[in-house]
Amino acid sequence: MSKRVESLEDVTIRFAGDSGDGMQLVGGELANTSALIGNDIGVLPDYPAEIRAPIGTIPGVSGYQLHISSTDIHTPGEKYDSLIAMNPAALKTNLENLKPNGILIVNSDSFKSRNLQLARYESNPLEDGSLDKYQCFAVDMTDLTRKALRELELGNKVVDRCKNFFALGMVFWLYNRTMDHAVSLIKSKFAKKPELVEANLLALKAGAAYCEMTEQFINSYEVKPAKLKPGIYRNITGNSAIALGFIAAANRSKLSLFLGSYPITPASDILHDLSKYKHFGVRTFQAEDEIAAVCSAVGAAYNGALALTTTSGPGLALKGEAIGLAIMTELPMVIVNVQRGGPSTGLPTKTEQADLMQAFYGRNGESPLPIIAASKSSDCFESAYEACRIAIKYMTPVILLTDGYIANGAEPWSVPRVEDLAEIKVTYAKDPETYMPFLRDEKTLARPWAIPGTPGLEHRVGGLEKEADTGNVSYDVRNHEYMTKMRAKKVDNIANDIPPIEIDGDQEGELLVVGWGSTFGATKTAVDKKRQEGKSVSSIHIRYLNPLPNDLGDILKRFKKILVPEINSGQFVNILRAKYLVPAIPQNKVQGLPFFSSEIEEKIDELLGDA
Amino acid sequence: MATTVKEASNGDTQLKLTKKDFESDQEVRWCPGCGDYSILAQTQRSLPDLNIPKEKYVFVSGIGCSSRFPYYMDTYGFHTIHGRAPAIASGIKITNPDLSVWVITGDGDALSIGGNHFIHLLRRNLDINVILFNNKIYGLTKGQYSPTSEYGKVTKSSPFGSVDHPFNPASVAIGSGATFVARTMDRDPAHMQAIIKRASAHKGTSFVEVFQNCNIFNDGAWSKYTEKSTKQDNVVLLEHGKPLVFGTDKDKGIRLNGSTPEVVSLTNGKYSEADLLVHNENDTDSTHAFILSHMMDNPNLPAPIGIFRSLEKTCYENALNEQIDAAKEKFGEPDLQALLDAGDTWEVK
Repeated sequence: MSKRVESLEDVTIRFAGDSGDGMQLVGGELANTSALIGNDIGVLPDYPAEIRAPIGTIPGVSGYQLHISSTDIHTPGEKYDSLIAMNPAALKTNLENLKPNGILIVNSDSFKSRNLQLARYESNPLEDGSLDKYQCFAVDMTDLTRKALRELELGNKVVDRCKNFFALGMVFWLYNRTMDHAVSLIKSKFAKKPELVEANLLALKAGAAYCEMTEQFINSYEVKPAKLKPGIYRNITGNSAIALGFIAAANRSKLSLFLGSYPITPASDILHDLSKYKHFGVRTFQAEDEIAAVCSAVGAAYNGALALTTTSGPGLALKGEAIGLAIMTELPMVIVNVQRGGPSTGLPTKTEQADLMQAFYGRNGESPLPIIAASKSSDCFESAYEACRIAIKYMTPVILLTDGYIANGAEPWSVPRVEDLAEIKVTYAKDPETYMPFLRDEKTLARPWAIPGTPGLEHRVGGLEKEADTGNVSYDVRNHEYMTKMRAKKVDNIANDIPPIEIDGDQEGELLVVGWGSTFGATKTAVDKKRQEGKSVSSIHIRYLNPLPNDLGDILKRFKKILVPEINSGQFVNILRAKYLVPAIPQNKVQGLPFFSSEIEEKIDELLGDA
Repeated sequence: MATTVKEASNGDTQLKLTKKDFESDQEVRWCPGCGDYSILAQTQRSLPDLNIPKEKYVFVSGIGCSSRFPYYMDTYGFHTIHGRAPAIASGIKITNPDLSVWVITGDGDALSIGGNHFIHLLRRNLDINVILFNNKIYGLTKGQYSPTSEYGKVTKSSPFGSVDHPFNPASVAIGSGATFVARTMDRDPAHMQAIIKRASAHKGTSFVEVFQNCNIFNDGAWSKYTEKSTKQDNVVLLEHGKPLVFGTDKDKGIRLNGSTPEVVSLTNGKYSEADLLVHNENDTDSTHAFILSHMMDNPNLPAPIGIFRSLEKTCYENALNEQIDAAKEKFGEPDLQALLDAGDTWEVK
């Protein structure tokens, strides 16, 4: 039986099931396979904070959304072309964003009265006609998987856990994906349990075979490779890219890398990754709490190491005092805040950009520090590297902001060549004749880095205000004002050491959309589309949030209107308004999700009217 | 570490350092009569004997009167934030195990705001020396009760008497798995110097509690143990392998009645030294040390002074470095480009 293959420019697919159904695993595998085929991808893992909420309930639904494209894309997609729903709760929570006439594959075996009740369905949607506007495929996945695995004589409990790969097999057939990578994933993931290797491989193949055999599926689809810039690519999450960026910075600066960290969602993967790289001399210290984590990093920095601490919003709140100590003692370190929904414990697994003000001002006293934000998963490498460069060159703690969306999301990353990475030069003080702890470099205003073990440079530092040059404790009020200004000036000066802003679009016009952090993808997509429609709209994206680029003020004045989309209640917009006295307009969303490009498009339309 | 000392001293095994080499140019600003002066002096007197080059010492402190200590030592020093010295010292020791790292802290700094870091340092057993100045009061904030102040203590913040039950620092340390626990007094310079040297020699976290008098806000808190007239009857000196004997005429001893220590007379013919508790600082079971550390909580018993416990156990930084060495041996020289290019890659031409 030959079936028709239709070519698509791009497709958005969403897997949804119980937290224990393995949706993240198969979604991630489809992402990796698609990236290897050469597609551009955008990913949005969307899972609950509970490890296993009660089975079949709405809070227990875990989703994985994937945008696969034959062109350069910047978002995980918006409305999906296909939805794979493993139970009624998954259907209920995800159906809203399935396109009309979209493909809906459900595991009909799970649409029994108890599950329908848990999902608060009054009637079975598979039977009441409510799904008629979709191409609905009700597939007895549980039963079909059991039949396919019958000969292995495994218990039903084990067999039923393989149905995620049955579903993946169906999707692989539907979108003409090769199975090689999935096969090797199964082999390595279950290497210690050979019976599970066989079971999952059988389930995967059974899923594809089912689509091939049954009359239900007439069409399959393909998405051709994207035309990306030449280079070596790999698929990478933001957290993994950050870990690699730090290792690269340590390697290039010839410093030993130290991470003090305390596990916290969604930042823990950076700790996990760096803990693996012991052969690079990386020392990871899982501290007793967030405060000890940052303090151990302060100690490592004092000792001449490239020091890091990684956390999320609540952890940053706890680290504030120690970051102040690093500012006062002018020691280099990088603090990563993978932002999540707040305040307090908030939404641990959902994304938000609401810690910008905390990064700017979340410490006692006048305590400025550089702040850098990564724009997308693949940008996390360069942002981490750049944070290290600035920290070391200017002897200052640097805050690097990402968020749950880009930290867990993945996309193709053009792997850099080591020789192309910027130089990071480190000079430790050596000469007892000229050494003074707070004698600043004329150009960078950085103080010298004198590390314990160096003969003749024994000195004391601490959190008390110090006298200029000598670093001795000083309560002199004029000295305090001088030192306060010098600490600020040192940070402000970094504006002379960062690249000029690149304007995407015309250099002046009606509307400028200003983004920072993870709004990059949705903003770029929206602005590109509106420009193609002939609208006078440009965009800029700010990586260096403190100090802001020197040319920002001038650029803002060249546009009649300024729009600032943020996943918060309006934080960066207030900084722009205060600093540049421009009537920037906020666009805000705090739903634990990134912007859809359509939301920004609508705002652009609203602001431009018919212009 | 021994090898480095040798290198640094060019084969000359004895470094010629004196007390003066450890005195910084900063004016010491504790209240006249404060017990801290003695601890500073005993430390400066002890270090020359340790045969460690001066540049390898790092003194780390938190906040409180005691925590000004690093400013007065002509070594590397870090006066950090309240309670966090153990965590900062851990970062220092982990990134350079070759250094001799000392934490200077007080009863409030270590046991109140920094309690968490304190117990976890002891649990991990980094080779760091901790000296806790216990004056049973908050001095720098001018006289509030501390976590070691006695129940009912009247202070500015407890005008009706404190209703907090106090910590016993040595017991907390033993309970946290400390491998070296000792107690000494600001008024006993020779004993303190001996303890400082033993603490330094110990591989692993060394915890030293010092009875320290705050003559402004809690004067005489330890006088029962430190004054000549009362000391002999209220202090028992711990000596490894020896029975616990005390009293002006060495006429009293400590015997265990079940697991409860009690004072017995050695002169009434009922008990002899053979009946007494014999101190074993190397006992791997912490029960013995715990019983001893708690004796001072009983007003009828003398307070033991000396080393409660001294045990060998793997140090955190050594275990970590062994893992790193093993990984380097297994995976060879790190290749950054290979790391970046690892995993499933594809080429776009």
